[in-house]
Amino acid sequence: MTTQLFRHTGWMVVRQVRNLMREPIWIAMMVIQPMLWLVLYGQLFKRVGAQGPASGSYVEFLTPGVVAMNAFFGGMWSGMAMIADLDRHVIDRFLAAPTVRVAIVLSQVVRAGITAILQALILLLVALALGVRVHGGALGWLVVFAGAALLCGVFAGFSHGIALLMRKEASMIAAANFVGMPLMFLSSILVSIALMPGWIRAIARYNPVDWGAHAMRNAVLTGGHWGSTGVYLALLVAAAAATSLFATWCFRAYQRSL
Amino acid sequence: MDAIVAEGLRKRYKDVQALDGVSFAVREGEVFGLLGPNGAGKSTTVRVLTTLTQPDEGRAFVAGEDVVRHPNRVRGSIGYVAQDSGVDWEATARENLLLQGRIHGMAGKPLHARVDELLELVDLRDAANRVSRGYSGGMKRRLDIAIGLVHRPRVLFLDEPTTGLDPEARAAMWVEVERLAAAESLTILLTTHYLEEADRLAERVAIVSRGKVVVEGTPDDLKRDLAGESVTVELAEANGQVAEAERVLTALTDDVHVDGQSLRARVPNGAEAIPRILGALDDAGIPVAAVTTARPSLDDVYLHYTGRDFSSEDEAGK
Ligand SMILES: Nc1ncnc2c1ncn2[C@@H]1O[C@H](COP(=O)(O)OP(=O)(O)O)[C@@H](O)[C@H]1O
Ligand SMILES: [Mg+2]
Repeated sequence: MTTQLFRHTGWMVVRQVRNLMREPIWIAMMVIQPMLWLVLYGQLFKRVGAQGPASGSYVEFLTPGVVAMNAFFGGMWSGMAMIADLDRHVIDRFLAAPTVRVAIVLSQVVRAGITAILQALILLLVALALGVRVHGGALGWLVVFAGAALLCGVFAGFSHGIALLMRKEASMIAAANFVGMPLMFLSSILVSIALMPGWIRAIARYNPVDWGAHAMRNAVLTGGHWGSTGVYLALLVAAAAATSLFATWCFRAYQRSL
Repeated sequence: MDAIVAEGLRKRYKDVQALDGVSFAVREGEVFGLLGPNGAGKSTTVRVLTTLTQPDEGRAFVAGEDVVRHPNRVRGSIGYVAQDSGVDWEATARENLLLQGRIHGMAGKPLHARVDELLELVDLRDAANRVSRGYSGGMKRRLDIAIGLVHRPRVLFLDEPTTGLDPEARAAMWVEVERLAAAESLTILLTTHYLEEADRLAERVAIVSRGKVVVEGTPDDLKRDLAGESVTVELAEANGQVAEAERVLTALTDDVHVDGQSLRARVPNGAEAIPRILGALDDAGIPVAAVTTARPSLDDVYLHYTGRDFSSEDEAGK
């Protein structure tokens, strides 16, 4: 049963990645967008000193933030692929075959996670070229990749749940914006918590985006605080498990509605 | 042995009773048609039989397995071509087929050989390595059918295989289905709201109306059971005499149905009935533009068993 699950998930991941690779625009977006953010925000906030009392340059401060932002938005929008599959009735076709049910949703989350890791890699390489150092060394790199995949997974689960409940592109876009924008600004992605108003700081503590940003910032900026980094990653694992359960429940609801 | 058995299937969606006790049986190796207007419950029946939908009540067996208790066993032995194409647009025909085969546990050389065979069978060999987004409606439909056949199922479900196709593609699809039935020694359950399609393809049909099977039999038997002929009377003027004409016809014939200025009815013998009908209408002072007679069609069968007109019900169900 578990080998079946892995196999089916694997084939579905291959299918999705292959389909995405056929969209040149998607590839361009995936590669260029994170770099754009890094360079643009880097210029925009450099003078402001938005990194607060943290040591190092603003680009160094910003790099983990932009990795987190990409992972977060990548996850948030990943449900669009599910809507396309629902619209094309591909999901129903899989359901009438002996497909392992969980693989249908799991593969989408895995695909989103892989994308997040690839983007994190691209970002780190660009950042290196801009003079950024990953102070946490090899472990630091690993934390960045794990943080990106987990943060993406948290929101991919959420996004797929919403996609399965709404089943319409327009509603999905509205929901992603409605939830996504506040979560981005209620986090330390762009600005150090030291510079935030108290109430935002209070809210940010419960924001998974902030957990990811903190874990990755520890890995890149300080190369220390491994204890708190571990806690943030554990929180992300728990959150990813919760949203995956939510997505699974929504998938059952979809099946019941047929 | 029966390849498909449905017993008293009921299914309710909020305020619609989609299935209201559907029962029928399909023999192994036959092409069976579920014929009914839009909204009759054909797709819901097929979704229950293919394990996609849970019935509220009733039982069903496909290839000997209970669809509710052992859905995965059923899934292994059926092919399902849904009313809406399930083709992955971003994948090629070959990729679509390979993935479906893998899901069914096929692999390696046998899988590739089977995929080649099917691409040949549904005439998609030249397009096999092109992304299917650019396929015509007919090509997508043929790919759907090939996808349903990869694992050599014993029972194939075709839900409205020709809806949305132009007449040429439809005729080609009919030939295709006939060829498949012979080549793959399959049991085929096909649904349609085209009377002529059921007539042409199905060895036996069940007529479905408002969630129930109203009658089951071979198209010929169903038509023969309606002894006689159908008569259509066109009134000459739109002068409100339709109701009057209906009364006249009801006294002389069976299954009277009014559609605008034309009335349809069934009589044992057209040649004998027409003079009487015309005489009675003349006596009542109702001018007639034309009278035609025809052998009963499945249209008349539907009218006879449900008291409703097929095409108007089909329109209403859209
Ligand atoms: N998933 C669903 N949710 C709500 N109503 C449905 C659903 N599927 C079918 N129905 C309703 O059930 C009835 C039967 O539909 P269907 O089985 O699709 O008919 P057919 O295939 O004969 O046209 C229709 O009134 C349809 O609107
Ligand atoms: Mg239908």
